[in-house]
Amino acid sequence: MAQATPKSMKKTKTVQEVIVNAVLIFICIIWTLPTLGVFVTSFRDRDSVLDNGWWTSLSTPSEFTTQNYSQVLAGKDYSYTKSDGTVVVSRGDNMLGAFLNSITVTIPSVIIPILIAAFAAYGFAWLDFPGRKILFGCIVGLLVVPLQIALIPILRDYMKIGLNGSYLGIWLAHTGFGLALATYLLFNYISTIPRSIMESAFLDGASHFTTFVRLILPLSVPALASFAIFQFIWVWNDLLVALVFLSGAGQTVEVVTQRLLSIVGSRGQDWHLLTAGAFVSMLLPLTVFFALQRFFVRGLMAGSVKG
Amino acid sequence: MSNFSMNKTLEKPSQRILSWIARLFISILVPFVVFVVLYFGFRFLRDSQAPQIVITISAIVWGVGGSAALYGVTNWVIQRTNESWRKILTPFMFVGPAVAILGWYLFIPTIRSLVLSFYDRSSQNFVGFDNYAYLFSDASMQTAFVNNIIWLVVGTAGSVVLGLIIALLADRSRFEKVAKAIIFAPMAISFVGAGVIWKFMYAYRPVSSNQIGLLNAIVTFFGGDPQNWIVLRPWNTLFLIIILIWLQTGFAMVVLSAAIKTVPSQFLEAGRIDGASELRIIRSIVIPTIKSSLITVSTTILLITLKVFDIVYSMTNGLYGTEVLASQQYKQMFKFLHYGRGSAIAIIILVAVTPVIWYNLKQFGNREVF
Repeated sequence: MAQATPKSMKKTKTVQEVIVNAVLIFICIIWTLPTLGVFVTSFRDRDSVLDNGWWTSLSTPSEFTTQNYSQVLAGKDYSYTKSDGTVVVSRGDNMLGAFLNSITVTIPSVIIPILIAAFAAYGFAWLDFPGRKILFGCIVGLLVVPLQIALIPILRDYMKIGLNGSYLGIWLAHTGFGLALATYLLFNYISTIPRSIMESAFLDGASHFTTFVRLILPLSVPALASFAIFQFIWVWNDLLVALVFLSGAGQTVEVVTQRLLSIVGSRGQDWHLLTAGAFVSMLLPLTVFFALQRFFVRGLMAGSVKG
Repeated sequence: MSNFSMNKTLEKPSQRILSWIARLFISILVPFVVFVVLYFGFRFLRDSQAPQIVITISAIVWGVGGSAALYGVTNWVIQRTNESWRKILTPFMFVGPAVAILGWYLFIPTIRSLVLSFYDRSSQNFVGFDNYAYLFSDASMQTAFVNNIIWLVVGTAGSVVLGLIIALLADRSRFEKVAKAIIFAPMAISFVGAGVIWKFMYAYRPVSSNQIGLLNAIVTFFGGDPQNWIVLRPWNTLFLIIILIWLQTGFAMVVLSAAIKTVPSQFLEAGRIDGASELRIIRSIVIPTIKSSLITVSTTILLITLKVFDIVYSMTNGLYGTEVLASQQYKQMFKFLHYGRGSAIAIIILVAVTPVIWYNLKQFGNREVF
């Protein structure tokens, strides 16, 4: 092949760059369109949503409304007048209640496994006791167990002791399903902390508990944060565990994914409400994603070995 | 009691016993009070009619504070014992809760599910391998197996190939950061939320009215007939898989992009000086270097496809020939209440994922994660 002159090389390079950017922008547009459509639709009124596509609404901004959100968030009834003059009363969807429930379920379901796993990781890394290696091996082995395995046995236990449908029950379930991974990840991190740091603490007469709380926990913040974000996304977006342990006869607690699913079931064609509900459910994870992008990526990468 | 023995010359036997009883009493009383407080917290949360925001805040304080308090009080009790007891008890405090919870939630259930899978519907009579025989011959289970394999192949290949292409493009672009954020953002969205988003994309109206779903609008714009994509066999499974690809490509892209950055630039320079085309460089230099990352990403997404449940459950509820293993398991357990078959499917899923996770763990050890 003939040697390219610097000028023509520069030219092919700019052509290449234009093509690369064009393709990339095209892919990004495709990736954004589904979410954008839902976002736009969630601000349109009922009739225009059913009348024409959301892409046409950008030319008629006057029809935008925030009423869909107030209706989806509220628990009370809403009435609206149809185009032929009849008044239709429709029930509110109480997404706000589900949102609070999700927060109540998620925050302890993130913190409790981290706490327990950090203690265990310290124990496995720095305490000497019989059976240490075998126990740790078992915990790593349990990473392969999919949570589907545990649903029936745990549900039976819960029915017996009355934990079904309670916050404690679902916290413990999420703790159980996330704990193997958390212990494994935190062990990887805590076991690499130099021994000399801890020995100086022991020389000062600190107990293992004090060393752990005052020294190891603060040093492990990057690892704790990574796991916390992974677990947060996992629990917030979970449907299966909530369906099994929160729904059922007489249960009143519902998280956003369940709530959204029942809106889908009861209002399959009310797109103005469905889209608003979907956005309420995505609000918090998307905020976390854009605020803590670096930790977020690390967390999801660390979570890639979850069974 | 180490500090106690130092004082013993100063105390009479009766005083010694009295102080011993007092210590024992306090050592029992403090944990007892903690337990009682926590129990009343549980009762309050279960039965209270308080406004929801009050419940939310008190539940979080109770749950997080309670678990921290349990560790605190355990440590407090252990610190009151003597040196040799402390040495024995400390590991129990650190490792005990994790071992107990994992035993209860994962280890014992695995054995129980295995046993249940050999029993009948109500777990009363032993039926041997009947459940497994049924599952491998039943028509809807066979659909589920085939669908799961389609999910596994198309979903994994789609996400990884697209992720690789985007990572390579982004690496050569000025908008790398923005583009990566846009592609990765769907990772934050739940499967149910993504279900709503894509149901709207696939929305179907009869020919006579305006299409409100983007896909059908595009089809009719080019003169085609609108389709009800979700019920369109056998293609509907592919339309569900697109949702997974939309969600997971970002993950593949981020991992592969990090790997691409580690390819030594002198290799790339050498290739370019030899006059190799960009495609040739990617095929013969970049891809071989990032092979291990490619495999890790593939196995991770493969695991997700093996256990996929939410997308199918929220989009079609397993109707129109879209069943997968996990949705069948849910149906067997909670609709047909057939615990034997439900457990057997769970065991099948366990067997399917085990080698993949072992492989991932081995790779994980060689990788910097934090």
